[in-house]
Amino acid sequence: MAYVVPRPELTLKEKAYLPSIISGLKITFGHFKKMLQGKTKVTMQYPEEKWDAELPEYYRGAPTLVKDDHDRERCVACQLCEFICPPRAITITPEEIPAGERFEKVEKRPAEFKIDMIRCIYCGMCEEVCPEQAIYLRKDYAITGITRAEMVHDKKKLYELGGVFKGLIHKWNPEK
Amino acid sequence: MPFLTAIPWEMIAWAIGKAVFVIFLVVLPMVSYTVYAERRVSAAIQDRVGPNRTGFPTTLLGFKKDMQLFLGGLGQPIADAVKFILKEDFTPGGVKQFYFWLAPCLAMLPLVSLAFVPFGSSFLGEKMVIADVNVSVLGVFAVTGVGVYAIVLAGWASNSKYPFLGGIRSTSQMIAYELSMGMSIIPVLMAQQTMQMSHIVQNQAENGWTLLPLWGHGLSLQSWLLLIPFGISFIIFTISVFAETNRLPFDLPESETELVAGYHTEYSSMKFALFFLGEYTAMIVGSSLIVVFFLGGWSLPFIPDGQGHATPFFQSIFGGLYEMLPNWFWGLVNITVFFGKVAAVLVFFIWVRWTLPRFRFDQLMRIGWLYLFEIALVNIFITAAILAFAGK
Repeated sequence: MAYVVPRPELTLKEKAYLPSIISGLKITFGHFKKMLQGKTKVTMQYPEEKWDAELPEYYRGAPTLVKDDHDRERCVACQLCEFICPPRAITITPEEIPAGERFEKVEKRPAEFKIDMIRCIYCGMCEEVCPEQAIYLRKDYAITGITRAEMVHDKKKLYELGGVFKGLIHKWNPEK
Repeated sequence: MPFLTAIPWEMIAWAIGKAVFVIFLVVLPMVSYTVYAERRVSAAIQDRVGPNRTGFPTTLLGFKKDMQLFLGGLGQPIADAVKFILKEDFTPGGVKQFYFWLAPCLAMLPLVSLAFVPFGSSFLGEKMVIADVNVSVLGVFAVTGVGVYAIVLAGWASNSKYPFLGGIRSTSQMIAYELSMGMSIIPVLMAQQTMQMSHIVQNQAENGWTLLPLWGHGLSLQSWLLLIPFGISFIIFTISVFAETNRLPFDLPESETELVAGYHTEYSSMKFALFFLGEYTAMIVGSSLIVVFFLGGWSLPFIPDGQGHATPFFQSIFGGLYEMLPNWFWGLVNITVFFGKVAAVLVFFIWVRWTLPRFRFDQLMRIGWLYLFEIALVNIFITAAILAFAGK
């Protein structure tokens, strides 16, 4: 059934249009003034102001490798992270720990551990899958480089970013 | 050339000097900084920051950092210009070459009409207007009228549907508003009894601004009654200037949501930049017309003109002070006052642009033909009645 939508009756003031222009100008001027007085605070001036303090605990930044209290690299080169990595950003070259070294008992360690940060999607699966809790996603997010080669993090760089992670591995922690 | 020898060389030198001063030292920088102001003001109105990074590129000269003055981003126009120059100048196939190239050249034509605008009182005894002809009002309107050809030619020569629609819209819009613009200014000309813009401003300096008759002959019943038609004229003229310069409530020729970019869709690089700058030049011309006709041109009541004469009231108070400083100084102050007023009107332009939404095309036509034109016409008769019956 057809029905009629009544058109609103405009008063003379509304028809004249100028008063509403003036009220509109007032609104925009209000915003302008607040901005000049510095009352509006919306934009973060990025390189000068950073959000780092507000980053949540669970923030997923760049993946890094960590060492334990005894300066042993936790990674045992099981390559689980390499297999789970959805964009295949991780490449591990395992090697045997030669006899006579301090951590000979661990048997295996990565000779080279590469994460291509152009490929990495920061999903955190490597952290989740790691049985030794050797790889962690840290809060670094500004990963930049001029060349592709620069964007591949090697073992040295990964330990540099990761540092030392104290305490038991959860796997061996009776409280967990 | 015999006709050149008949003209004294000082006159030629002054004319060239004034033209160079106005166009290259004042208006073109003003154009580029209007673009910057537009971006900053619009940003502030929309609670954003706007371009605040680009400094003057002192790093090119070997310094460690770019120079940042006052608020950041003042180097933005330079960066924009470099970008426009370095971009590929692409001419699409199927365009009408000659007119395609002609249109952006015509877009900068409003610059010519600045020749008629008095931008100062006098400086070292020379009137501060490039061409002080006795029909300068007509001259300005004639030159700005040609401005529509830039858009029409661009729309037609592009051989593409959206520019074409933009061109058509622009034509009908300009015709509609050119009329009410011309009509609305007639009451002012009737009261001033002259078509020479320098005289109009001189009258306002002596007898009160068109919209502020507070001194000289302005303190009469007639001038106060005339405020009614002048106020109407002012509103109509301002609206028409908005329409003429394709500013936002009336920017149908290039409405992005409907026509991609309107008449300059097919243009790139410096050719596009010329349209862009032409729009802002037209804005400056429009604002200087508003200033000249309604806001007293270069005059401020408490500042004397280039001969050191102020309004009698302030002359009696500060008379000694005026004589202490040389007349050329006051001439310079007048020029500054004029461009300051123009800048204020420009900010108003920008402010309105970021306030109002665009009109629908039928609304635009109705406002132009049914309201503004008629009101302007009636306004002339009201002015005539006041001039005839309410004596001085």
